Amino acid sequence: MANLKVDGKLVEVPDHFTLLQAAEAAGAEIPRFCFHERLSVAGNCRMCLVEVKGGPPKPQASCAMSVRDLRPGPNGEPPEMFTNTPMVKKAREGVMEFLLINHPLDCPICDQGGECDLQDQAMAYGVDKSRFHENKRAVEDKYMGPLVKTVMTRCIQCTRCVRFITEVAGVSELGLINRGEDAEITPYLEQALTSELQGNIIDLCPVGALTSKPYAFHARPWELNKTESIDVMDAVGSNIRVDARGREVMRILPRLHEDINEEWISDKTRFVWDGLKAQRLDRPYVKKNGKLVAASWDEALSTVAQAMKTAGKKVGAIAGDLAGVEEMFALKDLLASVGSGMTDCRPPMSGLDPMTPRGAYTLNTGIAGIERADAILLVGTNPRREAALVNARIRKAWRKSEVEIGMIGEAGELTYPYTHIGADSAALASVADGKHKFAKVLAKAKNPLIIVGEGAVTHAGLGKQAGRDVLALALQVARNADALRDDWLGFGMLHNAAARVGGLDIGFTPHNGGVCSADQIKLAEEGKLDILFLLGADDYDMSAMGKAFVVYIGSHGDAGAHRADVILPGAAYTEKSATYVNTEGRVQQTARAVFPPGEAKEDWAIIRALSGVLGAPLPYDSLRALRARLYAVHPHLARLDTLEPGQAAELMERAGRPGEFANAPLGSPVRDFYLTNPIARASKVMGECAQLQAGLKQAAE
Amino acid sequence: MLQDKDRIFTNLYGLHDWRLEGARSRGSWSGTKALVDKGRDWLTNEVKASGLRGRGGAGFPTGLKWSFMPQKSDGRPHYLLVNADESEPGTCKDREILRHDPHHLVEGCLLAARAMDAHLCFIYVRGEFMRERQRLEAAVEEAYEARLIGKDNIHGWDLDIIVHHGAGAYICGEETALMESLEGKKGQPRLKPPFPAGMGVYGNPTTVNNVESIAVVPEILKRGASWFAGIGRDKNQGTKLFMVSGHVNTPVTVEEALGVPFRELIEKHAGGIRGGWDNLLAVIPGGASCPAVRADQIIDAVMDFDGMREIGTSFGTGGLIVMDKSTDIIKAIWRIAAFFKHESCGQCTPCREGTGWMMRVMARMVEGRAQKREIDMLFEVTKQIEGHTICALGDAAAWPIQGLIRNFRPTIEARIDAYTHRANNDGAVPSIAAE
Repeated sequence: MANLKVDGKLVEVPDHFTLLQAAEAAGAEIPRFCFHERLSVAGNCRMCLVEVKGGPPKPQASCAMSVRDLRPGPNGEPPEMFTNTPMVKKAREGVMEFLLINHPLDCPICDQGGECDLQDQAMAYGVDKSRFHENKRAVEDKYMGPLVKTVMTRCIQCTRCVRFITEVAGVSELGLINRGEDAEITPYLEQALTSELQGNIIDLCPVGALTSKPYAFHARPWELNKTESIDVMDAVGSNIRVDARGREVMRILPRLHEDINEEWISDKTRFVWDGLKAQRLDRPYVKKNGKLVAASWDEALSTVAQAMKTAGKKVGAIAGDLAGVEEMFALKDLLASVGSGMTDCRPPMSGLDPMTPRGAYTLNTGIAGIERADAILLVGTNPRREAALVNARIRKAWRKSEVEIGMIGEAGELTYPYTHIGADSAALASVADGKHKFAKVLAKAKNPLIIVGEGAVTHAGLGKQAGRDVLALALQVARNADALRDDWLGFGMLHNAAARVGGLDIGFTPHNGGVCSADQIKLAEEGKLDILFLLGADDYDMSAMGKAFVVYIGSHGDAGAHRADVILPGAAYTEKSATYVNTEGRVQQTARAVFPPGEAKEDWAIIRALSGVLGAPLPYDSLRALRARLYAVHPHLARLDTLEPGQAAELMERAGRPGEFANAPLGSPVRDFYLTNPIARASKVMGECAQLQAGLKQAAE
Repeated sequence: MLQDKDRIFTNLYGLHDWRLEGARSRGSWSGTKALVDKGRDWLTNEVKASGLRGRGGAGFPTGLKWSFMPQKSDGRPHYLLVNADESEPGTCKDREILRHDPHHLVEGCLLAARAMDAHLCFIYVRGEFMRERQRLEAAVEEAYEARLIGKDNIHGWDLDIIVHHGAGAYICGEETALMESLEGKKGQPRLKPPFPAGMGVYGNPTTVNNVESIAVVPEILKRGASWFAGIGRDKNQGTKLFMVSGHVNTPVTVEEALGVPFRELIEKHAGGIRGGWDNLLAVIPGGASCPAVRADQIIDAVMDFDGMREIGTSFGTGGLIVMDKSTDIIKAIWRIAAFFKHESCGQCTPCREGTGWMMRVMARMVEGRAQKREIDMLFEVTKQIEGHTICALGDAAAWPIQGLIRNFRPTIEARIDAYTHRANNDGAVPSIAAE
């Protein structure tokens, strides 16, 4: 710890603090443009200048100077710094004037207006008229792809974007070229950025040089209602803020959560909002003479009730990737009321059987825990496509300590170097048997971490055993590496869908004689299953459901809705308060930012209404009552935002080296990062990104 | 006047053989082993005692700088980095050393490296110095062949010298930008602290010295610190290469004692001012970044660090730019402003934005197309740049203009009056751009 005086106030701060942090600890706010906590220090904007006693007689950049570099007074008094002296004020005013002379001052037509650092700080350090009588500099705008709009004349060359893209996103696609006042930020070749985290540079840009292209000229920040919520585009559970105007979601921004997304979000999370307005199911539909026609709620519900009465127990339910815990819980209750246990929330032929201990299907170390790992093995996953922020965290760990990373699966660009071990379960077995040299890396590591992708345990072609074998093998690798300890449970699963862990947690899996999703569809084809509920489930073979009566509950007109006999329009994640459990096993709740469109209702309420029409109402009339019952059955779901790692012993039990196993390919199930769910598929922006990526890939091949 | 026996650079004009043979005949590489053997502390203390101040412009005591290097290596190697990126307008001393007396430098590298426990020395040569680099490389090659340097050399101190050729950017003469450039990155200054002695090239302790500072070291050590310290006055000791350019009869680079009177320097070596002493208008005493002073200020001054400070300018590199009364002093300073605007790296705000602003206001003042209040404004702008930037280029860009305004304000005002007067005669309203 170091003692120092900030504006005469004595504070004690850790040694590694910079003057800027020390000043903040003392309550003195320091303006800055280039400094950002999560990026390297550039020290180039010169806005954070402070006066230091005993140093050279000129102001110092507080972001770049450490408290250790301060000199104590002649008699050992604590060193002093000042943030409010005339020297400091003059320095900041000077820098502000320089920043403004070549800034276009086009705030009235700038999307950053109202949330612009330059605007805000000009209020404190700017003057109301200019002494600059020369021509202003203009800079040509750059093309950075469909997401980031550029007005480069506004740029103040703080290089935050360059540092983010290089350091966090891990692609060196932005840079500062030329010298002096000709310096420009550029993507070099006028090509779209390829990072899936590029949207964050919009937030980072302290001025309006980089703004959101889809959001351009749509709204002003002060018109928006801000709702703090959770993202469901992947299983990360990024914390987001949904900004809405009236009934429309206008944009999505990240919210700080150190353990999950820090302050970044992926582009899918950020730019998917136009998908919330397209392809929406806004009224119930009933299929008549082979055609879906709009119907009233009464008609739709009674049609379903009628069908259910004749079906008896022969009812199945499959939950899709975006289903909240509440609706799955209600649907499970509904099926239980007719005596059916045919529920499933897993992709076809998943090796995660209903008895799997929780520790085997969650990321036990937590996302933040990845940074503590000193060797990482990725099995059957491409985290960059499946969970961009987990990938960013692995990269952060690698940047911090050059942690050794091994990978079994399709080789791809992950933004950090790794040892490619193989692409099938045989490769995994070779590590489990200690034959591959990476086994030694894991054995040597103090905190080895094995991350298994959901795709690695799901093999539609090979059956469930293939997935179970992979899981057992991966656990065996973890056991050999001594990763299954009580103080470090270095095993985790990386899921692809926000709904998955929640569904597994509440047992939305076959029970009471039920069968899995693939078997349900097979039964349906064989005519042995009369009714199939699809709770936002679109990623299944819709043509294979035979003559079954399909009820689709969901928000978007995707594959499931096309096959449906009755459509019950539900709410998207921005339109309901629902519980989601992320891949770490962290329970979080979304909040309603806007109302569902048209006649659409919250999903749990639809199921509750249906139970009423059936004459066996579920025992809850409100979300509160539903949650009370949910928490009674699954108490851990009430503990929001906590991590509950699994038991090492349970996982040890599951570990093993199957003598014979099907050699399963361990690829990533996510083929296209931008089109993984119905909302993303409805989004024009995501479509554009996907096309661009496909084109880029083609061009590169 | 410096006596011939006290000269260090005896082949400054290339009249003799620059190669090893010739250098040996002039005393280079004699008794070097004995000096190397005296060890690190002796070498550093001797240089400290000689009062040698850095010859690159800032005048920081060289021995003191060497003593900042870690006493014991923490496992990281130490590096000596010689700054031969001589780009300051008006300065041309290092190139004379590189092409005519390179062995002074090579020998100095060995001794300096010994004094800082370095086994590797980089010499960063300015991009435009093609021939100079070839001479230097040849000299280094000769030294390797004669086993004067390299592994297992006859001096008992391993030293490798790497000559690196820059790409010709002024900013790369700034020590941290030089390190960036040497590492293969864009030449932009680093933030200090950490200082190079703690974390320099590739993160290792590094001392950056000017060519002249290193090249004089062998002579100082051979003749003794007291010899060097005995030349010049207190805190301004030793000999120095002066470069006189501009409106003198015989522009010259010459070795003189620090503290030589300006008048003597010009009369003896540069053949006097073109058109006589009455024709002297102004002098920039130490390369383009030093403020220009009026004839009456400098004519009786002594040429050393403190002497120049007393008259409100700085000694810099000792590159005098002499201007007679035919000079348009405003335009001359505008040209310097344009140079700094062109060479600003663009990293930090005050310099990036300010150099262009100053240059443009200066451009108007050359014509007189300005308001008198803008003179004060311009002065304030220079003050807003000075001391607020990462490196000293901001200061260097500000000082010439400050010097102009301090010393030649009536000239600027007269120019503005003349412009306004002309405008009135034409019946036009005096106008200012964008007003």
